[in-house]
Amino acid sequence: MLQVKNLTKIYDGGVKALDNVSFDVPKGQFLAVIGLSGSGKSTLLRCINRLIDPTAGQIFWDGDEITAASPEEMRRVRRKIGMVFQHFNLVHRSRVLTNVLAGRLGYVNPAWSLLNRFPKEDMAKAIKQLERVGIADKAGQRADELSGGQQQRVGIARALMQDPNMILADEPVASLDPVLAHSIMKHLEEINKQDGVTVLCSLHYLDLVHRYADRVIALNQGQLVFEGLPNEIDDRKFKDIYGRDAERVG
Amino acid sequence: MNMKDKKPSPWKSLRTGLIVLLALLIYAYGFEITNIDLAELRSEQRQASLTRVTRALAQPDILEFEKEEQKYTAPVHVTCPAGGVSFDQPDTSGPYVVVTPSCAEPGETVTVEGFNFLPNASGPVRFVPGSDPTYLVELGNVVASTDSNGYFKTELVLPNRPSDEVQFIRATMRQSVGLPRFTETARITWEKIVETVFLALLATTLGTLLAIPLSFIAARNLMKPVRSPLASIALSLLGWPIGIVVGYLFVDRIGQISASIDGALPNLASVIAAPVISWFAFRWAMPQEEIAAPSMSLRLGRLLVLFIGMVVGLFWLFQLAELAIAVGQGIKDALGPAGFLATFLFQLGDILRVITPAVGALVSGGVLGSLLGRIGQRATEKGSEASVKIINLITSAAAGAVLFGLLGQLVEWLYQIDKPAYTLWAPILFGASLGLLLAMFTKAKDTLPIGLVIYTFTRTILNTLRSVEAVIMAIVFVIAVGIGPFAGVMALGLHTIVSLAKLYSEQVESISPGPLEAVQATGANRLQTIIYAVIPQIVPSYISYTMYRWDINVRMSTIIGIVGGGGIGFVLIQNINLSNYRAASAQMVAIAIVVSMMDYLSSVVREKYV
Repeated sequence: MLQVKNLTKIYDGGVKALDNVSFDVPKGQFLAVIGLSGSGKSTLLRCINRLIDPTAGQIFWDGDEITAASPEEMRRVRRKIGMVFQHFNLVHRSRVLTNVLAGRLGYVNPAWSLLNRFPKEDMAKAIKQLERVGIADKAGQRADELSGGQQQRVGIARALMQDPNMILADEPVASLDPVLAHSIMKHLEEINKQDGVTVLCSLHYLDLVHRYADRVIALNQGQLVFEGLPNEIDDRKFKDIYGRDAERVG
Repeated sequence: MNMKDKKPSPWKSLRTGLIVLLALLIYAYGFEITNIDLAELRSEQRQASLTRVTRALAQPDILEFEKEEQKYTAPVHVTCPAGGVSFDQPDTSGPYVVVTPSCAEPGETVTVEGFNFLPNASGPVRFVPGSDPTYLVELGNVVASTDSNGYFKTELVLPNRPSDEVQFIRATMRQSVGLPRFTETARITWEKIVETVFLALLATTLGTLLAIPLSFIAARNLMKPVRSPLASIALSLLGWPIGIVVGYLFVDRIGQISASIDGALPNLASVIAAPVISWFAFRWAMPQEEIAAPSMSLRLGRLLVLFIGMVVGLFWLFQLAELAIAVGQGIKDALGPAGFLATFLFQLGDILRVITPAVGALVSGGVLGSLLGRIGQRATEKGSEASVKIINLITSAAAGAVLFGLLGQLVEWLYQIDKPAYTLWAPILFGASLGLLLAMFTKAKDTLPIGLVIYTFTRTILNTLRSVEAVIMAIVFVIAVGIGPFAGVMALGLHTIVSLAKLYSEQVESISPGPLEAVQATGANRLQTIIYAVIPQIVPSYISYTMYRWDINVRMSTIIGIVGGGGIGFVLIQNINLSNYRAASAQMVAIAIVVSMMDYLSSVVREKYV
């Protein structure tokens, strides 16, 4: 159970990215976060694993307060939260396998990382995760030799390496074509349904939201403007979320 | 642009005129200051020496032939004697020289002919003053060459050396025999250019190794997020100097114990056994992965075992050094021409013996610093607002006192003021009150941007040192370690560290932040983030900059010898000072070849990896 209470983030320049946002996510839910570019979706997701430190408010996860965790506790919190990014954020010059293994860094002793060593079990596990997303044959290739869809699968495999209880997906399909978008979303859905992993996924297209999400929250200029089921978004709600001049495309 | 601005105005014209006049004045003064004087260039003496030097430079002293030499003289009277001249007919069976006329006034021209010399030989034909035909001094600079019959003919102006006695004209004809061979200069040049290349190699290696960690500290994007609460900073600041002192004394003690173990067998046994013990200690104390947080007693036990592992490891380093030194000394004579390998081993052992206490002290400083820092962090997290405030006040005052006390002692050592009131007690008081002030004005649990402070500090030092030229550093090191290539390695190495650290850190600052964020999100700590997200991104540019720097270092090492830093510059400047331009030319050619080869090599490597 994830609880976000009165979360506010004001950047150094004075921009209010999140304005008093509160919501709960029950365990195992697929929650879609929608809103215009710049509405605060990315900031919200990054506040949850504290890649960005919120200005005010609290986040609780299974009763522990993430926002009060010390750096050492944060390491334990983060390694249970996988993250998938719009631009995949793979290390281009490293091999696919190394990129996947990086998901294990929260568990590996830093002294062993100095020697660039991972336990044998992790190596086997990495291959298994690559098999799960269907690109085990690419393990030895450099990450930048892969196509966009393949790179995002590597990103998902990296998140799976963490044995996550929750996955934060920051517009995971915004840089992909519609066919690939569905295949990536299906992977996330499968992880959500089979492994019971909570998924928070920010999305642009409403048809993806209708197809995959259990519940939706919408942000507009940092404020929570909608919270409910995907099919509750009618034309009026749509205008609330995306503005007066917006038109539905899909 | 407004039309009104383009209107001609007398003020504007006047201003332009004044600027032109001012520029003229500046250049006129510049000419005066820099002694620009073409009359000097036109003077005959200058032109003659210029020609001589240029010709010498065009004939680098690299190859020479075995020479067959023939020296023959012919008598001549300068000022014809009253009784006329009568010489014996020369022996025409061998080479001989004939001067016509056989007497003349000073300044007059005589014809010198040679017969039966070696064919196609050449050499000087000069006047020998005095009455001794074997006298070594010769005057004039006429050069003659023989034809295929061994005959030459040339004209010579008699010098102003009138004498009653007979004087001589000597022809020295030389002919090359056999194949060309390298001159002594070429041999020395080869030796020195090899020294130069290795000097550059060692300096670059040393510089690169130390510049890499520095470049992370000097990168803004990595350091900016580093923030710590005041108590943590202050405690870690206290931990460093204490750790360094304690660590040095402790490691030195291990060294003494290690040195007291005599004999080859125990030495060999400990070199083999120590790493095994150490390895198992580290293996147990640092599990590769850990799912649950360890209990307090387990943590303490691990710390203890880690400590034992460290001690055994340090002992091993000392024993290894002893072994390397002993083996190096033992096999030097047996190796013969490969003796440099034994010397290398010996030197490695010696280096290990010298740097182990220093490294041990630094490591212990770092460990104690981070341990105390962590305790401070924990105390800040768990303590109440008021208690944290008190801890802050105490630790920050103590840290300020220690920091400024140490600075005061540095001043004392440098300037020998000898007044503890000024160099010890005053700084301690000042530091303590500064610490107190800082603690009073920071909120108890606030974090301070310590990363930015370290970043700024490192950058300032790098920029200051970088502005000192390597040649000037070499002068300092020549004083510290004596004339020779070692001083050059140290000077170039230091300069390489500071300039590469800056170039590298700029590369770190320009990496894409995405992978960094992704790796951080997995729970990786700072060290792991650097290893898995930063380093893979910067490898190509690091290679490129390192090659570029080696290139520079080869060029720099050619001139670092001028101030005594070893390498080819030393002989080059010597030959220039001795006006030995042909030898200097050989060295310049060598430099040109090596530098252009380096240029080519580095471009090939860069193309391949970047």
